Amino acid sequence: MPLETAEYLLALPEIWVLGMACLILVLDLFIRDDSRILTYLMVQATLVVAALITLAVQVPEPVLAFGNTFISDGMATVLKLFIYLVTGMGFLYARPYLQDRGLFKGEFYVLGLFAMLGMMIMVSASHFLTIYLGLELLSLCLYAMVAFNRDSGTCSEAAMKYFVLGALASGMLLYGISMLYGATGSLEIAAVASAIAAEEGSSIVLIFALCFIVVGLAFKLGAVPFHMWVPDVYHGAPTPVTLFIGSAPKIAAFAIVMRVLVDGLGGLVADWQGMLVILAVLSLAVGNVIAIAQTNLKRMLAYSTISHVGFLLLGILAGTPDGYAAAMFYIITYALMAVGAFGMIILLSRAGFEADELEDFRGLNARNPWFAFMMLILMFSMAGVPPTVGFYAKLSVLQAVIQVDMVWLALVAVFFSVIGAFYYIRLVKIMYFDSPTDEAALQSNPGLRAVLSVNGLAVLGLGVFCCCISS
Amino acid sequence: MANLPLLSLLIWLPIFGGLLLLAVGERAPVRPLALVVSILTFLASLLLYTGFDSTTAAMQFEERLSWIAAFNVFYHLGVDGISMPLIILTSFTTVLVVLAGWEVIKERMAQYLAAFLIMEGLMIGVFSALDAVLFYVFWEGMLIPMFLIIGMWGGPRRVYATIKFFLYTFLGSVFMLVALIYMYNKAGGLFGVLDFHQLQLGLTEQVLIFLAFLIAFAVKVPMWPVHTWLPDAHVEAPTGGSVILAAIMLKIGGYGFLRFSLPITPDASMELDWLIILMSLVAVVYISFVALVQEDMKKLIAYSSIAHMGFATLGFFLVFSILRNTGELSGAAMGIQGGMVQMVSHGFISAALFLCVGVLYDRLHSRQIVDYGGVAHRMPVFAGFMVLFAMANAGLPGTSGFVGEFMVILASFKANFWYAFLAATTLILGAAYTLWMVKRVLYGEVTSDKVAKLQDINGREFLVLGSLAVPVLLFGVWPAPLVEVMQVTIENLLAHITVSKL
Repeated sequence: MPLETAEYLLALPEIWVLGMACLILVLDLFIRDDSRILTYLMVQATLVVAALITLAVQVPEPVLAFGNTFISDGMATVLKLFIYLVTGMGFLYARPYLQDRGLFKGEFYVLGLFAMLGMMIMVSASHFLTIYLGLELLSLCLYAMVAFNRDSGTCSEAAMKYFVLGALASGMLLYGISMLYGATGSLEIAAVASAIAAEEGSSIVLIFALCFIVVGLAFKLGAVPFHMWVPDVYHGAPTPVTLFIGSAPKIAAFAIVMRVLVDGLGGLVADWQGMLVILAVLSLAVGNVIAIAQTNLKRMLAYSTISHVGFLLLGILAGTPDGYAAAMFYIITYALMAVGAFGMIILLSRAGFEADELEDFRGLNARNPWFAFMMLILMFSMAGVPPTVGFYAKLSVLQAVIQVDMVWLALVAVFFSVIGAFYYIRLVKIMYFDSPTDEAALQSNPGLRAVLSVNGLAVLGLGVFCCCISS
Repeated sequence: MANLPLLSLLIWLPIFGGLLLLAVGERAPVRPLALVVSILTFLASLLLYTGFDSTTAAMQFEERLSWIAAFNVFYHLGVDGISMPLIILTSFTTVLVVLAGWEVIKERMAQYLAAFLIMEGLMIGVFSALDAVLFYVFWEGMLIPMFLIIGMWGGPRRVYATIKFFLYTFLGSVFMLVALIYMYNKAGGLFGVLDFHQLQLGLTEQVLIFLAFLIAFAVKVPMWPVHTWLPDAHVEAPTGGSVILAAIMLKIGGYGFLRFSLPITPDASMELDWLIILMSLVAVVYISFVALVQEDMKKLIAYSSIAHMGFATLGFFLVFSILRNTGELSGAAMGIQGGMVQMVSHGFISAALFLCVGVLYDRLHSRQIVDYGGVAHRMPVFAGFMVLFAMANAGLPGTSGFVGEFMVILASFKANFWYAFLAATTLILGAAYTLWMVKRVLYGEVTSDKVAKLQDINGREFLVLGSLAVPVLLFGVWPAPLVEVMQVTIENLLAHITVSKL
């Protein structure tokens, strides 16, 4: 099949990121350690240009390319833009942390760029193999990034766990995809969808395939009962890596869930809806309850992520356009909040000291009222208290769930968010009501401070004027 | 002048004032600044009264702008005869709270005052919101400053109290959120409170929605048996926090019944009115006994608040039994009016009593009744005020406390003799616990050296207590201005809720 220039044009953001990642990898070899900042600036410039290209090549109607393996549509454009944004913020927060610890190497950013490329491919995939390709590219980079601090035992342990469980999940997904191929004779998402639609009822093979695929996706999302890796990896990885894992890949994971379950297996909605209900309820329950017992902030945020995944699944399982839109809104706001919360840990950390225990936030209000306030906004937003954006995300998901007459599910969700509110406000309590034990100054990197402030205010501001993104 | 967005001004002036205080920080003259903001807000809220048309039940001072277009959410504000007095009560109380914390609060004054001003804006927002999402945003947003107020400036067990307060109220309100979203879908994508009033709902739906509202509002009021957060929160909160809690936040629960439960689910209210009446009467009788044995003054007043709010909720839900009993509506309006008057009057009286305890606490740093005795010998002016407010709390004729209770008891006679009988026990029990406390604290011999060294109230305290004594006496002898503004609204409400939605 002849490839047209127009098709390359559609994939231009991916091509650009790929080219720049390779180029930076090579150029970085010739940059001395004291001018490593050049690498960093090139990476950020790559992201900015990628965003401009994405905006330039966006298409009004969904277009398929490269033998129906690649799709460009509105969802892909929006999600890619947010992936650039969140990744860029992640890189920015990472810089002072890495510099303080002698980890400021070009590899971190190159791996990050390749991981982002994987996410972009996932977001734009319209073929099961493309999805798998993107997912593996992302995962391999993340394994390496978790182990980035190679002298640290916990990092290596976390990377090992992540790798073994991640490989298992990929295997599950691949197995499911192969069965799907057997049942429908194609791996193109659109073709699979029409094959399923043509079939009378759902065959056993299809259901099996679905099960394996859902398990694989649940692993990647970190939904209960496939969540075991999440707390350990979040805890063990260097904080900037945790920040990265906890934010942008979730957006990409949401995208493949949409592509696979909704676009591809939409005909089996009755079957996967039940599975997602179980995953969602368990995630909400386990995530929120176990988070209460955590004393480490990174672990607490890991469990909180699990509970947010539960909410995300609620939006998807509603099975309506409103539900999908709500889930998308939810995952984007979640990524913003997660980036901010991990950014706060970086802000409080310094060389030789990780501020990842809850105790390290003691009396932050007395030390620095402004950033205590930012964290307060982030925590209330995660708890879903108005007027923060987290409330509107929960509101839209609940709305979607109630719309399809699953009021009981909404009740379960709000019940567990009350339990969840406890550990968020406990952190507020620690910041505001306890007196400080640690008087050291906060990270003084002005870029970090400014972006963190913008991050926090965005969570509040979007809450007040959320009309602009919900559309 | 006619186009002035008065309600927005009332909401945002204190909020931005509070943010300004946070921005200028501790070194600036924050006290006068906060006072100016709160007084300006109070004066602006008086314009609501002067510009109010008490001959119509329609919403007044309306503002309506599109806010979240995707969900059809509007920034829709408006007041009627029920919400207007409560807004004025809010702005009035905030001025007193700012004054009351003038010298007492030593740490982080700017944050303290900012929290109260932001609170004020949010509470006015709750009373004036006519869009369910907007209402919910203000309603929940209110929790954040209160959480911080109790937790940062409260007593020794403040952390326990404030987390309990937050989780209790949060639990209550999320179920309301589900009910609101359910109605949004039922109404075909509308979040307007007034649209909900017209929404046709089946009985099962109504009962479930009613229960969801009941959890939210009963926690806020608070009604027995979900009242246990209140004594803890009151005891640990700083004086200003207790005043705002008792005078306004509790009223928000009562307001919710009138704005949401009754008009949206009239049939469920009719089915389940026994439940509310039962809970209210238990609050009136049982909680009064509980108040009797308290040794901590703030706890005693907290329990007395629960008992008094029981009167308000009793008054609101008498209408259906009056209708069943007599077949007509005369007298039903008096129940709701009585409840409203009770809420406003309790706002003044409970605020005054908490401020009185605050005056004593600032001097002796104890709230225990046994630590006092014979205070009247050393603080005669203060004793005069405290006796006045205690009498008002006990429902002495001539004070505002009497008017509301009397109206509710009269209305309950029409419903059922035993309701009236049980409700009337409060006249005895209320007098017993309040006056007994006054006797032990103010009278008798001077028991300790510390009491012997007490100084009488200063000018600032005199101003605060004096400005509360005026409305207590004024509405006691002449409640007409208060009753008149709500008359038409309440009659309209009654006409609405007696039409079945089935």
